[in-house]
Amino acid sequence: MSTLHFDYVVPGDDFTQAGAASSDVKRKLKKIGCSSDVIRRVAIAMYEGEINMVIHAGGGTAHVEIDPDKIYVALEDHGPGIKDVSKAMQEGWSTAPDNVRSLGFGAGMGLPNIKKYSDVLKIDTEVGKGTTLHMTVFTDRSKAGGD
Amino acid sequence: MTVKELYEKLDLKQLVEGDFSREVTGGYTGDLLSWVMARLPADAAWFTVMGNVNAIAVASLADAACIVLTDNAGLDEDARQRAEQQEIIVLSSEKNSYELGARLAELLKE
Repeated sequence: MSTLHFDYVVPGDDFTQAGAASSDVKRKLKKIGCSSDVIRRVAIAMYEGEINMVIHAGGGTAHVEIDPDKIYVALEDHGPGIKDVSKAMQEGWSTAPDNVRSLGFGAGMGLPNIKKYSDVLKIDTEVGKGTTLHMTVFTDRSKAGGD
Repeated sequence: MTVKELYEKLDLKQLVEGDFSREVTGGYTGDLLSWVMARLPADAAWFTVMGNVNAIAVASLADAACIVLTDNAGLDEDARQRAEQQEIIVLSSEKNSYELGARLAELLKE
C-alpha cells in the first residue's frame, strides 16, 4: 500500500462540526482494515486536536498520511500559540472559557490525551503565530521506541 | 452481555436505535468529555448526562457500545441526528449514573 494523503479544513467556533475530520479518518482506517486499537488511538488524538483548534484558534487544517506501519496527523492553526507548553501538557490545566466547559470540554485533558494516545507527539508553537501538532501512531506499538 | 440485554435488564428507554446485538464488556460514568475520552474503555456502556452532539462524537471515536443518558437528561435534536448517522445507540433512564453503573457491574459478574 502506498501512502494515502488526506487534507481537511477544521472550521472555527463550530462545535457541532468538530470531529468531522477525525470521524472521516476513522471510517477510512476501518475500511482499509486497521486494528480497532489503532483506529481508536488515532481518532481520539485527532479529535482532541480538532477540539483544541476550535476552542483556542478559530479552526485550522488537518493533514493525514496513512502508511502500512504508521498514521501521521498534522494539525495546523494560526491561533494565539501556546505560552507554556509544559503547563499545557499537565492534566487539568486549562485556559478554556466557561461556555466551552458547559459543553463538557475544558477539563485540561486535550494535550495530555493526545500524548497518551499517540506514539510520537511534536508541538511547534509560537505565541501570536499559531501551533502545529505532529502526531504519529504506529500500527505496531512495540515499534514506537521509548515514548 | 449485549446492548439488548442491558436495555431490558436496566429497564431503559430507547432514544436512538442501532445494533442491539453488540457486546457490552464494561461501563464508564462521566460528563467531562475529554476526561471520558481518555478513560472510556471500548465496548463500554457510557452513563452520562451529556446529550449534546459532542458526546455522540466521543462515543463514536472512543468506540463505546452505547450511551445511556441518566437522570432523564435530554438528547439535543442535532445530537439525535448525529447519533443516527453514526449508528450510536442512545438509551435513557430516570435513574442516576451510580445506580445504573452499580447494576451493570452486578450483571457483568453473573
